[in-house]
Amino acid sequence: MAAYRPVAVPACPKLGEKITQDTLYWRGYKTPVQIKEFGAVNKIDFSPVPPYNYAVTASSRIHIYGRYSQEPIKTFSRFRDAAYCATYRDDGRLLAAGSEDGSVRLFDVSGKAPLRQFDGHNKPVHVVGFLSDKYRIFSGGDDYSSSLWDIPSATEIVSYSEHTDYVRCGCASKVNADVFITGSYDHTVKLFDARTKGSVMTIEHGHPVESVLLFPSGGLLVSAGGRYVKVWDVLKGGQLLVSLKNHHKTVTCLCLNSSGQRLLSGSLDRHVKIYSTTSYKVVHSFNYATSILSLALSPEDETLVVGMTNGVLNVKHRKPEERNEKFQKKRQPAYRTYVKGRTYMPKQEDFCVSKPVKRVLRKYDKLLKSFESSKALDAVLEPPIMLHTPEVTVAVMQELHRRGTLRSALAGRDEKQVNLLLTFVARRVIEPRFTPVLVTVADMITDIYQPVVGQSAIVDKQFLKLQEAIGKEIDYQEELLEVLGMMDTLFATFTKKRDIHLEENKSNGLTETIETNRN
Amino acid sequence: GPLRVVRCGGSALRGARAVFSADSYLLCAAGDFVKVYSVSTEETLQLMGGHAELVTGIQLNPQNHMQLYSSSLDGSIKLWDFMDGIPIKTFTVGSKLLALYTLASVEDSVFVVIPKKGERDTFQLVSVKLPKGAGQDLEAKELSVVLDDVGASPKQIAFGREGGYVVSVKEVSLQVYFFKRKLLNRFSLRAVKTKGGDNQFSCVACHPTEDCIATGHADGKIRLWRNFHHRKEYTYSTLHWHHDIVMDLAFSMEGTRLLSGGVESVLVQWHNESSCQKDFLPRLGSPIEYISMSADGALCCTLHTDNRITIINSNLRFSRSIQGLIKSRDVKTGLVVDPRTKALVMNGEPGHLQFYCLQSDQQLFSLDIVQRQYIHEAGLKQSDLVKVAFSAQGTWLATVEEREEVTDPELELKLWFFEEETQSFKLNTRINTPHDNHITDMCFRDMDELEDDSLILVTTGRDCVFKVWAMVEDTDPEAQQSVSWSCDFVGSYHNYQATNCCFSEDGSLLAVSFEETVTLWDSVTWDLKCTFCHPPGNIRNICFGRLTCSKYLIGATDYGFLCCWNLLTCALEWSAHLNVVVLQPDPLSEHIAAVSWLSKESSLFVFKPNEPRPIYIQRNLCKEKILLAAFVPRDEPETTGPEKYLWLRRSQLFFLTDTQELMTLSTKPLEERLTPSSKQLAVEESLPVTPFSLLLGKHRHQHSEEDIDLGKLVVQNKHEQASPAVKELLHTPAHVLPSASFLCPIFINSLLISKENKSAEEVADEVEMESEKTEDDSDEERDVTEMEQEDTSHMELLGEITCKLSKSQEKELRKIRKMDYSWISAF
Repeated sequence: MAAYRPVAVPACPKLGEKITQDTLYWRGYKTPVQIKEFGAVNKIDFSPVPPYNYAVTASSRIHIYGRYSQEPIKTFSRFRDAAYCATYRDDGRLLAAGSEDGSVRLFDVSGKAPLRQFDGHNKPVHVVGFLSDKYRIFSGGDDYSSSLWDIPSATEIVSYSEHTDYVRCGCASKVNADVFITGSYDHTVKLFDARTKGSVMTIEHGHPVESVLLFPSGGLLVSAGGRYVKVWDVLKGGQLLVSLKNHHKTVTCLCLNSSGQRLLSGSLDRHVKIYSTTSYKVVHSFNYATSILSLALSPEDETLVVGMTNGVLNVKHRKPEERNEKFQKKRQPAYRTYVKGRTYMPKQEDFCVSKPVKRVLRKYDKLLKSFESSKALDAVLEPPIMLHTPEVTVAVMQELHRRGTLRSALAGRDEKQVNLLLTFVARRVIEPRFTPVLVTVADMITDIYQPVVGQSAIVDKQFLKLQEAIGKEIDYQEELLEVLGMMDTLFATFTKKRDIHLEENKSNGLTETIETNRN
Repeated sequence: GPLRVVRCGGSALRGARAVFSADSYLLCAAGDFVKVYSVSTEETLQLMGGHAELVTGIQLNPQNHMQLYSSSLDGSIKLWDFMDGIPIKTFTVGSKLLALYTLASVEDSVFVVIPKKGERDTFQLVSVKLPKGAGQDLEAKELSVVLDDVGASPKQIAFGREGGYVVSVKEVSLQVYFFKRKLLNRFSLRAVKTKGGDNQFSCVACHPTEDCIATGHADGKIRLWRNFHHRKEYTYSTLHWHHDIVMDLAFSMEGTRLLSGGVESVLVQWHNESSCQKDFLPRLGSPIEYISMSADGALCCTLHTDNRITIINSNLRFSRSIQGLIKSRDVKTGLVVDPRTKALVMNGEPGHLQFYCLQSDQQLFSLDIVQRQYIHEAGLKQSDLVKVAFSAQGTWLATVEEREEVTDPELELKLWFFEEETQSFKLNTRINTPHDNHITDMCFRDMDELEDDSLILVTTGRDCVFKVWAMVEDTDPEAQQSVSWSCDFVGSYHNYQATNCCFSEDGSLLAVSFEETVTLWDSVTWDLKCTFCHPPGNIRNICFGRLTCSKYLIGATDYGFLCCWNLLTCALEWSAHLNVVVLQPDPLSEHIAAVSWLSKESSLFVFKPNEPRPIYIQRNLCKEKILLAAFVPRDEPETTGPEKYLWLRRSQLFFLTDTQELMTLSTKPLEERLTPSSKQLAVEESLPVTPFSLLLGKHRHQHSEEDIDLGKLVVQNKHEQASPAVKELLHTPAHVLPSASFLCPIFINSLLISKENKSAEEVADEVEMESEKTEDDSDEERDVTEMEQEDTSHMELLGEITCKLSKSQEKELRKIRKMDYSWISAF
């Protein structure tokens, strides 16, 4: 004797992104906080020491924000013109920034006036940074040169003019205190050693370089420019390791997460993509409202800050991890007696008698089991089911159709229920997975309620909506067929005049196009 | 000997109501046989054969509850001792017997339904006086008509309280005949079919203690008639739950409950007619055909249309079921052999796939493919299985189910993976609408290698394409399953409907037939290699040759041609004019069996593709049209047998006819019955007598053999000999075994492997004495058993005994020789 079989709701493979560990991890941010800056945010830099404040460079100001502060806790506004690239030193106590007038300024984080000012560039300085020995600063300017400055004496140590275009990005090696790299609009990335007079290595990126990054190990170099993010092996003499083309506009900024396992890139196409640094595959991506100019990730990935071209600073904080302590506290003595014996582990010679599992049937299944068709249909027309799981509603309709009782279940409904039914049908009938069933349902509804058309304005309106929806879909399908026809002609002209291949391509092309169109 | 067609797969259990004996046996009419089941273990204890045609009625002898009357269409009534399975008497009546009834109050007569002489489709209930004679075969000529114009079904007549009256229903009239008063009352219902009502009677039952008749009707109503002694003042009340015809009714022994069943496959228990209180036992699986109650009222059993017996407790709890081969009306899946279990696989219950073990005549299991609630209602279009294919190793199973719709058929292709842990198939991939129209054929690339990438599935459809499905590995390590199936290639040929597909033995070529044309495709690049055509007529079947004949492709057209193409020369090798219905290659040899259908007879041709002359022809194989055939590999290839039947050595050929009879071909002589169930029966049949004597016989025999080759006594040898004895011990039902303390030493001794011959001898002596005693006790019974064994003759046991005859056995054998075997010829 068989048990009752519940209605099988066809599971539809979810299109789009798959849920992976990465997705879950990167989704674990709260809703972002938006802060309006005065101009395009060109640099965000996190202080390397707690409490991990971050410096935001926008327009002629440098704002320092605390972790949860909406207002800047400190502002450096002594720039006559735009400021660029405010960067923290490794100990988080000094801050260097370039400016439009060609000077590089050094600030104490606790002070207000600049400690030092390095003049030498005669064009705006877009990139500054500390070497890892903490006492030297490198800078790159629009005068095609990159210079090295001594902090104590405020003098220029050396200046390289090897680039043939604006120098717009740079990075210092964390392993070697003498090595830094700069990227320029002349499509190259140059690696300099402060002990030599010229560049040590030149890497041809192929596009104006917007951002460069060295891995903590110093062995790998990432450059971004144009739509490409390229990873180079420095130790192998600048060999291209991988070239990533996942953005469809210029990539403007790069960032590594604190563990070094993930690489983030922001682009003018409003996306932040996260790559795995082992497979160099995109594991997650974020969408933003406008083009992205800068991004930064705090240690432990606690905060993700993204700066946009329209001056909006988007700050995302990680959700606190859920604790399970609550459940442990709940355990009362009464409960303990209830679970007595549950923790007993059966011994080898014990004979286990399993209790039959009690099956819980859904409401519609219970009704179907007792052949109450109308009530079963009512049960799945309730808004929560109808709106969130339309596949259940359709599966029950199909089951009723199988049992031959769909018509009687649909019949005898009042204005409100018919309205509900028609709303559902009109909205879902164009979904390919529901179409076969809902067409039958629509057919039956029109059959049954034909005599009462004109008696209720609401129902009439829904009928018109349904008609409109179906009409639109037909037009759409016709258009698709036209496109298919055109494509067939194209395929026919492109492929060699071999019968078999023609057949094959035709069918393959056909299925592919249908799929893409449905997506 | 000549090749014989043997029916197998058991018979329908639907001839008559089952009967419970007083001591928990269940007796059933099964085709020409009467089967005795144990209610507690579901085992078949006896298979009583002797009737030449369908058994139509079985009733216990009211005077002796160990005896059973059975009637058959062959015109004879037999009295059986069903405990031992022997016929006691045969009464020949002369005309077809359609139903049998007995009454406790009438000692020397039984009631049967016979066709009225000279009139077609008119039947009468007669009482047959059974003569008391000495012989076994007696003629019963004293017939007296009780009721005229009765229904042909045994359900349409019932005997009332204490045999005081008999009720018969037919169409819309009910007649009651009172024996004492010799009064016949007739009542009629309105014949006109009212709105939603159909007054036709379908069955009748009588209350055991009151004057009350329950009748079932075609519209699902049950009427309870009272006061029917009066022609005018009779009354009836109506109970209505069934939505379709009431198939059978039964009162409980006290008459407090009424059971009814029908096509809904729900057993309904009515408590009280006035309150309409009722209980249900739903989802019994298939329509209920007969309901019967045991004499003590503790059990009830229902016979179903799908060859199943369900035993139900008195509190309406499902107890157990006995399942035979389900013969569904339309075996769309064909006969498929499961490579793993060698079981025949075909449509079973609606939406299920049945795995039927030929050796044990048992359903191994039923796999639910459709996985939806089956609604038992006539006229509903429900999804059913249409195609089944196994991969070569049996690890993958592909099934296609379809549901006929007004617009497009609802199709689903499912791929199942065999899980070693659970030992069952698990759904791996479900593909909705694999084709836009019906799927006509499906096959796996049949390669024995375990390479997974070689496994592909091809389906052909009426939507003019064939599709190739391949396994895709999911690279995501967190995915629930590592592989799934997806479409790899879609091929078509001039927009013709694809009808058949077949892979060559090495898997390199795929043949797909498109209406009149056979196309050959390279299975790596999916290039069209060449086409064959033999107009006029569409291709009906195709298959590749195997082994030495792998360069040939065989095709049969529906215009009556069998063609053989050579794949190397791409030319027609030979063709023959033959209307081939079934084309079945043997998977283990190069032989191909073709079954033709011409002028109402099926003929079998067996040939090798390399020569046009068939190596075996059997004309007039059977009268029915053969729809399907399958070669089932034998467990062990036969080494003996005539040269002529070489092609039957490694596999056995099974057919399914359009009357759903499963048949096979046998080279064995007539005496060696091939009914596989009898093999199993052999041991059990003998058990009620002295199961132990068999055991001892074997033991004794072993012992004597040991004496002979004592010199080269090998440990293993002993083990081998001991094992059947142990096996027998273990397979004997516990309730017929002697006490354990008695068995223990023998059992232990049979396991010993050391030189303790002496002790073994001692035990054997003891045993011998004991066995002689038992033999003396049950001499007569013993005869019967031995005879049964002779009959089945598959018992190697008997063979062993006869080769070394002890005195007592010699005596027995002489007795057997004296026995009358005439009834065996009925087989």
